[in-house]
Amino acid sequence: MTPLVAHLLVAALVFAIGLGGALTRRNAILVLIGIELMLNAANLNLIAFWRYGPHPEALTGMMFAIFSIAVAAAEAAVGLGLVIHIYRHTHTTDLDEMNRMKG
Amino acid sequence: MSVVFYLLSALTVGGALAAVLMKNTVHCVLALTVAFAGLALLFLGLDAQFAGFAQIMVYIGAVAILVVFAILMTKGSETPTEPVHSGSWYVGLAIAAGVFAVLGSVILDSVWGLPNETAVPAVTVRDIGNALVGRYVLPLEVVALLLTAALIGAVIVAMHEKARSK
Repeated sequence: MTPLVAHLLVAALVFAIGLGGALTRRNAILVLIGIELMLNAANLNLIAFWRYGPHPEALTGMMFAIFSIAVAAAEAAVGLGLVIHIYRHTHTTDLDEMNRMKG
Repeated sequence: MSVVFYLLSALTVGGALAAVLMKNTVHCVLALTVAFAGLALLFLGLDAQFAGFAQIMVYIGAVAILVVFAILMTKGSETPTEPVHSGSWYVGLAIAAGVFAVLGSVILDSVWGLPNETAVPAVTVRDIGNALVGRYVLPLEVVALLLTAALIGAVIVAMHEKARSK
């Protein structure tokens, strides 16, 4: 098994774990955690392809990973703000009880 | 593959599994921090020092703290008595397992013709900075705008209703 394949397999495993968490957890914050895990797994893919691909000095994969980190941080901030706002209205973070979009 | 890689992979996957499976929400975030640290160390092992330290600063330093604050503000810090996974958890598990099976089989079946298995890329932080303000300056500006918009949006969304109507 080459290093690239090993890294891709780890990333696929972390992605699947994050997907499972996002699909099965009841708490909205933990669904966001699952999404963060999936984004991180994609970053590992980008860095691995940058490291083992041709022309690493072009920095393409590295730049993708850096911008992806920045966008994920923005996503986390807005997502958690939404969760806190919903919590003020419904006094729960249980997604099974959030069944209407009207405020 | 070196022993270090296997140890870091075990740390990352173990942290991710614990973050998804544990009952107490705060414990989940601590396990998530372990997974983030394992990923950052994997980045360092891939000679991507800048991305590794950015991962540590952004995820462990900011995102994990933000999630902990959100949990404490939503009173989710005590261990819940009702089940933490939804009633149809087996569907989510099946979808995740299917996705991993497809991804894994595709990765293992592919023939990789990538030439750069051994040579360490000679990239310094200076090169990354030059690229950020040179070739990638437009994405950099877009990300700056996005972060500003997200900051303002998050504050407005999470603001109290009373404070907004004043």
